[in-house]
Amino acid sequence: MSLLLNQIGRIAWRSVIRTARQPAAVIPPLTFPLMLMAVNSNGLRAATHLPGFPTKSFLDFFLPFSFIQGALFAATTAGTDLARDVDTGFLNRLALTPMRGAALLLGELGGAVALGALQAFVYLGVGLAFGVHFVTGIGGMATLLLLAILIALGWAAVGVLLALRAGTGEKVQSQFPLLFFLVFISSMNLPRNLIEVGWFRDLATINPVSYLIEGLRTLIIEGWNAQALALGFGVAILMVVGALGGASIALRGRMERT
Amino acid sequence: MNGRGLSVALGLAHRQTTTLIKNPSLLFPPMLFPLMNFLAFAGGLSRLRHVPGFNYPGGYTAFQFVFVLLQSAAFGGVFMGFGIARDFENGFARRLLVAAPNRSGLIAGYWLGAVFRWSLVATMLTIVALIAGMPIGGNGVDVFGLYALALLVNLVGILWAAGIAMRLRTVQAGPLMQTPVFMLLFLSPVYVPLALLQGWIHAVAKLNPFTLLLEEGRGLLAGAPLHTASAFLIAFALVGFSLIWSLRGLRSAERAG
Repeated sequence: MSLLLNQIGRIAWRSVIRTARQPAAVIPPLTFPLMLMAVNSNGLRAATHLPGFPTKSFLDFFLPFSFIQGALFAATTAGTDLARDVDTGFLNRLALTPMRGAALLLGELGGAVALGALQAFVYLGVGLAFGVHFVTGIGGMATLLLLAILIALGWAAVGVLLALRAGTGEKVQSQFPLLFFLVFISSMNLPRNLIEVGWFRDLATINPVSYLIEGLRTLIIEGWNAQALALGFGVAILMVVGALGGASIALRGRMERT
Repeated sequence: MNGRGLSVALGLAHRQTTTLIKNPSLLFPPMLFPLMNFLAFAGGLSRLRHVPGFNYPGGYTAFQFVFVLLQSAAFGGVFMGFGIARDFENGFARRLLVAAPNRSGLIAGYWLGAVFRWSLVATMLTIVALIAGMPIGGNGVDVFGLYALALLVNLVGILWAAGIAMRLRTVQAGPLMQTPVFMLLFLSPVYVPLALLQGWIHAVAKLNPFTLLLEEGRGLLAGAPLHTASAFLIAFALVGFSLIWSLRGLRSAERAG
């Protein structure tokens, strides 16, 4: 067990350092969601005049989307980095060592999760500085951070799965628009009950990303909504477990090929 | 630009087009993003047309179509800027600089490539919007005016991005190419008319030249253009500034060797 932890620690440290050394992988995921938050929270403020809109502040409503978007960027980094490892033969060389597959998978997530955690603190701090009010107080903020980091882990695991299946950075990058599509077809801009177009509302309802956003959002504008939180945490945990399960199968296949 | 410049432009445009057709990974993301934006904005936000004061006659789908069309045009140009930077990184652009008898033709060639790519995106967007039931209130001239405006925005996008790419000559300059364009586009009345914006974004949107282009595009599509001459004047002025910017970028690349 300690050997496994040691292996995870070494791969995770390499992943964290590699992410930290790429300003292009750190700065846009930090700044772009903040820019979009600044623009959309003002540009869409008129939506708060709609009957039934759950809050008077669109910033309160929109803040959770930044966590999702930032996590998705971190996932792109995790996927591209692992694909580069496949591409450059690092994985092949690693296969010659006693390194275990589980250690490799969990370790590769290190950089993305560290970046996700940093993003979560930054977004929360910026949100609070600009007047976001948590109806659930400090406990809600801590829960939001926990869920945000879990979501970052989930997206990063999806990135790792895509990288192991695709094998090249270019192919991984080309698949990320599909993940962004999931984020766009969700309740990111309006609550589902206020989405007017039927097919969009139906897609947003079956889209798990809606529940991630709503799990985060409930802590800010609604309160301790057990159902929304259970769905948010449940979807995030399913993402982590499902993507890591798929990734471990893909890793086995890739090791056999090499 | 003389005949030799035209020949350089056509040769480079042919190369860009062939590369695009042979690499679906270069073609599809620029097509998918505008489509996703359109679906998310027009589908997810259509209830905003019920906000008191929302008075656009064409409906919310048409309201968003114009923004996404102009956005796709601008980013179509910016994406080509990534290609230019990549050409500098792998040495192809330097060989082009040595071989081209008229180097200004290089910028024209990249733009023609960007126009080809954007025309595919615009066609797809238009088809999707029409399937979604977007009404067209304007006549043929109005609609032509809308697409002409978008073409000028595409030209501004590529000239801006080319200026950055030729100065910095690395793909890592990507955020510098797209962030100002993103800010220019989104600091305008994207989701609701200008009159419904509140606070600092209203003040910024009023000063933003893109606001006039966007509002005029919406006016043309609805058949109620208000400031066509001013919009085209601003568009041509932006083209002029960005042309100078890109030509100076080209000179910078030439000096770098």
